[in-house]
Amino acid sequence: MNEADLIIVGGGPAGLTSAIYSARALIDTVVIEKMLPGGQPILTSFIENYPGFPEGISGPELAERLESQARRFGAKIITSQPVEEVLQVDKGFEIKTEEGSFFSKAVIIATGTSPRKLNVPGEETFTGRGVSYCAVCDGAFYKDKVVAVVGGGDSAIVEAIYLTRFASKVYVIHRRDQLRAEKILQERAFANSKITFIWNTVIQSIEGGKKVELLKLKNLKTEEVSDLPVDGLFVYIGSIPNSSMVRNLVELDENGFIITDNSMRTNIPGLFAAGDVRSNTFRQLATAVGDGAIAANSAEKYLGELIWKR
Amino acid sequence: MSLRNSYNRIKAVDSSNFDSEVLNSTIPVLVDFWAEWCMPCKMLSPIVEEISQELSDKLKVVKVNVDENPDLATSYGIQAIPTLLVFKDGNVVGEIVGYVSKKALRDKLEEVIG
Repeated sequence: MNEADLIIVGGGPAGLTSAIYSARALIDTVVIEKMLPGGQPILTSFIENYPGFPEGISGPELAERLESQARRFGAKIITSQPVEEVLQVDKGFEIKTEEGSFFSKAVIIATGTSPRKLNVPGEETFTGRGVSYCAVCDGAFYKDKVVAVVGGGDSAIVEAIYLTRFASKVYVIHRRDQLRAEKILQERAFANSKITFIWNTVIQSIEGGKKVELLKLKNLKTEEVSDLPVDGLFVYIGSIPNSSMVRNLVELDENGFIITDNSMRTNIPGLFAAGDVRSNTFRQLATAVGDGAIAANSAEKYLGELIWKR
Repeated sequence: MSLRNSYNRIKAVDSSNFDSEVLNSTIPVLVDFWAEWCMPCKMLSPIVEEISQELSDKLKVVKVNVDENPDLATSYGIQAIPTLLVFKDGNVVGEIVGYVSKKALRDKLEEVIG
């Protein structure tokens, strides 16, 4: 099992879609996932904009369905194995994980992103003690408490609305004077009496004793500094690519996302990328699965040409 | 390794037996604070089960459901799950918050219990 024609690094929507397509095309396919298959949907409360689910679907349920669909067509899925490096070797690629090496003729990188951190004093100390990057995971600990969400995009607003199920009050702290989030989400948030917006403001530090007690805020327009007492802070300020395993191998953009052409090819023949880890993409579930299908098709063509060459 | 797998092989403890099972244990104890609805907990539980078998001679592993035992969660300041606490002679000697890989967990345990 440590050799395959195609190895897909990352078992989220993009990687599992690649696996569905390549396994159905009878390509010997292995997916290597650092945790459990499913990717970002596992940590997403509810998905409303994925076609075919008019009532929406819970993230974990969709993740589960993607996984079983990939397995149904014969893809092998290896779990709990973080990939540390992908190297070009004689006959293809070596994929080094924490526990060993795998070899393949072609690779699809579908490793997604991780939450961007605030990088302010107190963030690291209080992670798990009031600072969280996952409302679905930790929201229930804040029943009748006061929390803040920092960010102004779709995730920040979706999760702020989700947190109103538990918290008595949710502040949304945003450094601009308007949101980037979809209009439909904005309208819901503005109509929610538990949500209060704090505009043009950044967090300078997170303070407390054993747990988070207050945020030091600074208004960017007035320069005014203030204290906001909260029990928790949820950070949704964007994402960074999980591309470190190929940083010495493929061309990345200035933010570390993998550069590909429209066929998901990187600058290295046989190495493809799909989903959120790819540069210049609209990072959505629907686009990730589209990428995954294209990458599998490109990998299939590449493997076909390899055989032809021999 | 599906997310629907139940987390059955690890002994559940609650406030009635926490003292005898954890605080008064003669060997170090790894306590997994978890809940049914917590996806990262479900990702971590197969790893905790494997570790409990591999280190069964020197480490005891138990789980605490935070929904059923909010008192225990509060007294140990649990605000995110999964949280793993390592107890030695009744004291917390190690803490891991969030999902970790098996290797990272093994390394951490070796550091605190030797």
